[in-house]
Parts: sequence; C-alpha cells; structure tokens
Amino acid sequence: MRRPRLAVSLVTALAAAVSGCGFAGIGGDDNVVRVYSARHYDLEPAFEKFHQQTGVEVEFLYGTDAELRERIKAEGENTLADVYMTVDAGNLALAAEDGMFQPMTSRTLDRALPESLQDADGRWYGLSKRARTIVYDPESVDASELSTYEALAEPEWEGRLCLRRSTNVYTQSLVASLIAHHGEDEALQIVSGWADNAEIYNNDVEILENIDSGNCEVGITNHYYLARLLEDQPDLGVEVFWPNQQGRGVHVNTSGAGVTKYADDPELAKQLIEWLATDGQQAFVAANHEYPANPDVAPDDLIAQFGTFKGDDLAAAEFGALNAEAIELMAEAGYE
Amino acid sequence: MSAPAPTRPPTSDGHAAGGGRSHVRDSRWAWLVVTLLVALAVVLPVGVVASSVLSPSTEIWAQLWRTDLPEMLVTTVGLMLATVLGTVVVGAALAWLVGRYRFPGQRAFSWLLVLPLAMPAYVLGFVYVGLLDHPGPVQTALRGWFGPDVWFPPVRSFPMAVVVMTLALYPYVYLLARAALREQSATTYEAARVLGQGPLAAARRVVLPMARPSLAAGAALVAMETLTDYATVQYFNVTTVSVGISQVWNGMYDRNAATELASLVLLFAVAVIAFERLARGRARYTQDGGGARPVDTVRLSGWRAAAATGACTAVLGVTFVVPVAQLLSWTRVSMLRGLDGSLDPRYLSYLGNSLLVAVSAAVVCAVLGVLIASATRLSGDGFTRGLARLATIGYAVPGPVVAVGVLLLATAGASVLDALGLPGARMLATGTVGALVYAYVVRFLALGYNSVDASLEKLPPSMTAAALTLGAAPRAVVRRVHLPLVRSGVGVALVLVAVDALKELPVVLLLRPFGFETLALWVFQLASESRWEQAGLPALTIVAVAVLPVVLLFRRTLNPKEDVA
Repeated sequence: MRRPRLAVSLVTALAAAVSGCGFAGIGGDDNVVRVYSARHYDLEPAFEKFHQQTGVEVEFLYGTDAELRERIKAEGENTLADVYMTVDAGNLALAAEDGMFQPMTSRTLDRALPESLQDADGRWYGLSKRARTIVYDPESVDASELSTYEALAEPEWEGRLCLRRSTNVYTQSLVASLIAHHGEDEALQIVSGWADNAEIYNNDVEILENIDSGNCEVGITNHYYLARLLEDQPDLGVEVFWPNQQGRGVHVNTSGAGVTKYADDPELAKQLIEWLATDGQQAFVAANHEYPANPDVAPDDLIAQFGTFKGDDLAAAEFGALNAEAIELMAEAGYE
Repeated sequence: MSAPAPTRPPTSDGHAAGGGRSHVRDSRWAWLVVTLLVALAVVLPVGVVASSVLSPSTEIWAQLWRTDLPEMLVTTVGLMLATVLGTVVVGAALAWLVGRYRFPGQRAFSWLLVLPLAMPAYVLGFVYVGLLDHPGPVQTALRGWFGPDVWFPPVRSFPMAVVVMTLALYPYVYLLARAALREQSATTYEAARVLGQGPLAAARRVVLPMARPSLAAGAALVAMETLTDYATVQYFNVTTVSVGISQVWNGMYDRNAATELASLVLLFAVAVIAFERLARGRARYTQDGGGARPVDTVRLSGWRAAAATGACTAVLGVTFVVPVAQLLSWTRVSMLRGLDGSLDPRYLSYLGNSLLVAVSAAVVCAVLGVLIASATRLSGDGFTRGLARLATIGYAVPGPVVAVGVLLLATAGASVLDALGLPGARMLATGTVGALVYAYVVRFLALGYNSVDASLEKLPPSMTAAALTLGAAPRAVVRRVHLPLVRSGVGVALVLVAVDALKELPVVLLLRPFGFETLALWVFQLASESRWEQAGLPALTIVAVAVLPVVLLFRRTLNPKEDVA
C-alpha cells in the first residue's frame, strides 16, 4: 500500500515551520525597557539620550492603536511591553478602562505635569500637548472673520473649509470635546454644518498644502504639522488662528504613556516615564514640535512664533470617554 | 486530438483500471486528508474570529444600518465590478496585443507589462494623489498656463479610485491571460481558420473560451484584492466595507462588531468564488501536448504598429515609470536634505526580514497549491474540490481578521504549553515568524492554488488517468506528470505570493515579533504621516525587490524563443 509520502512530509514540514521557527526568547531582567508605541514621531533620539544618561536601553515596537491594544491584551501575562505609549487621550482612557495599565504613584510626575493631563488613578500620564487649531490662507481670509470652531459651521464657509476624515482620532477627539461642552444635539448641528461646508482630506499635511495652493481657505489641523512644513518651506502661505479664545480655549490633546499591567520591570518603566516628563521632556517634545506638558520647559522657537494661547482644560480623560459617541454622531451628520 | 472538446472529469470508475485500482482507492483517502488538513488550517483562524457573530453587538449594527452600511455595500459592489471590468478589459486586451502581434517593442512589453505587479496599490495611490492634487505639479502647471480657476476632475473620487485600482491590479489578469494564450496550441486556432472562420471569429469561438478559466481566475483575484484593500481606497475617500471594519475597530474600539462586519466581507468572498466557478463555465476545455507550437504572430506596420507600441508605452508609463520617477525624486529630496531615516543602518535588516517572510510564504503556498490542485484532480470528487475552494477563502478575508485569528490561536497554543509546563509559551504568545508565515499562507493560498489549478486544468484528465492506469503511484503522477506540465503555474504562484507578501501591511503590523520590522511597515509609518520624501527610498526598495523575481520569471516564460518565429 503506497501513501503520498511527499504530500505528508511537506505538510509536516509546514507544521514544523509554523510552530517551530521564530526567535529565541527575549524579555526578563536585562536592564531594558520595552515600549509598545503608537506614536510614530522620531522617538529614537529621546530614547538614545535616556540610554546615555541612565544606562538603561529602550527597545520599541511601533504599531497602530487598535493593533497594539489587541496585541497587549492577547499576550496577557506573556507580554514584552513594559510601557504602552500612544497619542490621543481617547486611546489612553480606553487602555486604562481595559485594565492594560497598572496604577503608579510618583511624586516626580505629580509635580511635573498638570492635573488635566493625568489619569485620576495614576494609570497614565500625558507627556506632551498638541493643539488642534484653525489654520487659514491669509490671501483669502482675514483673521477678523475667524472666531470659533462652532462658527465654521455657518453657511458663509460653504466650499471654503477643509477638514480631516472622521476615521482620524484627532477629528474624533475634537468632536468628542464638542459633545462634552454642548451636548449631543447641539454638537450634531455643528458637525452637520461642518459636513455641509467642508471638503474632506486624509491627513493634516494635505489640508495645509491645499491651503497653501489656494484650494482651501480655512482648515483645522494639529499645530505641529504646520511647524514641520514650515521647517522645510519657511514661506508657506498658511497662518495659525487660535480659536475660542473668548471662551473655553483651543482644543488640546495629549500624547502619553503608562506602565503595562504585566510589565517585567515596572520600576524601570516608571523611571522612563518620569524621565520623559522631566529631564527628557525637551528631547521628547522637540522632535515633533509639540508643546511641553511640563510647564517648566519652554516650547521650541518654531512653535513659539505661533504665539501663546488659552487651551481648553477639559480633562483629556473626559473627552476620551466620548470617542465612540463622536464617531456615531459624525456618521449621523454625514461627515465622511 | 487537439480540437477543444468539452470533456467531463473522469469518475473514479473511469480512470481506475487494472493494476491502478487499489492504490488509487487507498490514496484517495490520503489526498482527501491532506486537503482536509490544509483547508482546516486555513479556516481555523478565520473561524475563530467569525464565531464572534454568535454574540452579535446589535447596537452597532443598527447604528451602521441607519447610517453608513447601505452606502458602504453599494460602494463595495460598485468598486469591485468596475475594477474587475477595467482589469479584464485592459489585461486581456494587452495580452492579446502582445501575444498575437509583432510591433516595435513587443517582445520587451510582453514581460515589462507585468512590472506594475511590483507596485503596491497604496504606493500608486499616494503617488497619484500627490501628483494630481491641487497643490501637486500637474494642477500647478495647469494653473500657470490657464489661470487659477482651471477645471480639473476631482482627485478624491470614486472614478479615480477605480482607475488607480485598475492600473495596480490589471497585471493579475494580464499574466493569466498571457499564459493561457501561450499554452494554447496553434493547431486549435488554425483548425478553426481552416474550417472557414475569420481571425476574430476564431478568437471569439476558440481562443476566448479556452482562455476563460484563466480570465475568470484573474478576475477573482482582482475582486478579492479590491474587497480587502483598505489603504488605497481611503486616499480617494471611498468607503468600502473593509474601510468600515477598520473604522469600527480603530475608532469604536469594538473588535466584535468589526469582525461581524468582516463576516459580510466573507459573504462577498463566497460570492466571488461562486462567480468565478460560474465564469469558468461548466464545460472543460483541454488540449493534449502542453508544449505544442503556439499560434504564429502577425506583424503590424504603419500606424497600427505605432498605436500598439503607444498603447503599451502609455500603460507602462502610467503604472510604473511615472510612480518610480516620483519616488526617485522624493528620495533625492530626502537625501539632499540629509534627513536621516532614509539611510538608516537598520535598512538592510528590514530588507532581510521582508525577504525572509515573503520567500517562506511563497514556497509554502506554491507547494500547498500543487498538493491540493493535484488532490482535486486525483480524487476527482466534489467533496475534495469543495475543500480546495474552502482553502482559498483566506484571500477574501481582510488582513486584520486573519491576523487576529492567528493571534488568538497562538495565545491559546501558549496557554496549552504553559499548562503542560513546556517552554516556548512566551515566544509563541508574543509573535513568531512562523505565525506570520502561517497568516500569509492563510491569506495567499488562493494565489498559489488558482495559478497552479488554472495551469492544471488545461491538462486533459485523460493524461492523469493514463499515468495512473500505467501503474504510476499518485505522488509519482504529481511529480512526473503534473509538476513538469504546470511549471509555469508554479512559477506564477511563487512570484504572486512573494510579491503580495512583500507588500502586505495589516498582518505584519499585528503579528510581527518584537523588534521585527519590514520595509512595508516602514513605508506605512512614514506615509501615514505624509512624510513622502522619507518614504521614497523604502518604497522604491520594495518595488525594486519585487521587480526582480517578476523580471526573472516572466522574461523567460512570457517571452520564449517560439514567439519570435
């Protein structure tokens, strides 16, 4: 009796390949902090500096939020992550709710960071500030025409406004903050107005470039995208307008981090986060032109020229919790 | 016997005669088991995820139905139909042009036209948005000539998405149609001509029906690529169901609802597979003697030759030359600015990782493709064929779904290891290259199987039956009869899978081991922040690496000496 031995041996080989190969085990007591980061911006210099100053090495894995979250959850006690770092309060709040962080107490962090950027239970800390502000083309718009986010829903802005997709977490957080301040009904009206007026773009850079080329007149973007473009093209025709200065202030979001529940070395992880909020704060925010979360550190020259502004001090955790509602509301309003 | 005669697959009684009978019957079980194992391995991770449907989150469904879902469904179906139509027209027309006519550059175009296969659709997408958008060079130049209010078609639109998807995906159809034409013997076509048919009628009544399985297979690949794409369409503000999945998962943080939505995509996939079988038709067209002389080519001259050369140049220019030039110019800018990151020291290790994964996945998929295609052939029953089709379902499942499924399986495996006190649990749970390759096999087995099967289908079942009757063991039939005759199919399978794995994003994002980065990941991270200049070099490298096997394989197989006759 003959058997298709070729077939069987190949399937066996496949099974071996799938289960067997991989890397030797990593993790444990090796003076290394491992960071899962959904923050993509040039973290290497800051981590390298941390290594020089403390002798502790930092290894990191980039990913998107949803994926890193799934991964940390699925890995459970086996996870290699000591620190989970991400942008947007919504992501931080959700990770905390899911029990992915362990609470920590740190005098250093309490002193270095404002309360609005801290989780009440010490599960995560906001390490930088990013303003989602109004930007405009000075050739077609006079600054006196601009006032608030809400005003951009007025019919006079029809066909002049450029906004980022509803899939983007920055858009979601901004809308979530509208819900927090105005309630769902009024927020729905504002967002519907935006949707009627706006053309939708995939990222902030596209919006800024379309303002520069004269295709858009006014948009809403994070401040550091403009700073980054200005670095390369100092004569870019786009200006910053700080909205809602008579009221609650500009919508400010954060990028932050927490120690994971199953961290191998929570003390080292805490040390890294403390360092990023203090000695390393400058290096952490400068690479991406963000505003320091620590008030003792000055913003870099490029963003200092945007002037000072009043920021919305709605707690990050508060609008973070409204993220899912914001998405539903945008779908209802017909915001793409 | 070389006229295309519809033949029916042999029944078990038909081909098992004399001494062949006993081992054929024995081995049928073995082949069935092999196919069953492969199908199970593919379905398991998908099933793990799809089982979430058992506890539906009705709230989000109601919400989706009220708002986005109907439009999403229409968009998805529309995009699939339009892209399939576009790729079949472009792909088949080009295959016919370079396969049947001689004109300046024809021999080179024959394989050059496959090159866009190396260009990831998302790269083509961001290159064209960059070039054609209002601030881009094209519109800026137009404004310079015709004033600031010159009209330009909307860039972020459904039609543009169809155009870009068609340009990125037509090589799948072209490749299979081209191979089908080449494998057709001249005698068939000539017999039709001798019997009084004109060239076009002969093409329509003989060549096209014989190429139909290949066209259908190509169309199915395109449909599934379109279905699971979620990066490219977003550049054009086109919201398909796959975009909806990532939206629900990333934004509403609801993996259950996302996977339920993914089961909708599965439904589409089943429809695509059914459609493919339908399009192949019930009839089977085969011909004896795979190495027969192909049809003589016709020399074009004058404006016809110029038009043919022009058409091929235009397609190649738009799909390959222009994007490569743009990537080169971005690379140059980033080098001039001295932006680090482009010449990162880790660059080579990223490249090595990309290659490791792509080659492993390609080899496994090709081997399994040959195995299950042969299994269907050897066993000849509907059940095995059904299992084989089931094994290709992964191609229609969005990458993140496959990845989550594999992740859950790996985690379960890790807890088993833990419970048994065996080592390796942590490694298994935190990502291995093996798990990554497994996920790719689940995703891309359809490419391997369809390529091999389309090749195999042109062998008459009588050939398999004859070998069995003459006493060859089934595995010898596979090795000595099927394998040599489907070599081109295996080559196509290897390259398609390797290139797709090289370009793939969501699976590697989720499953890579800690510290394991690939070129595609790097491009994605830079491109998602519009750092085009820095994304230039790694994107260019992906294209270059993918071009190499494409050229090596198709230069030979698509452009053999006989074509020059």
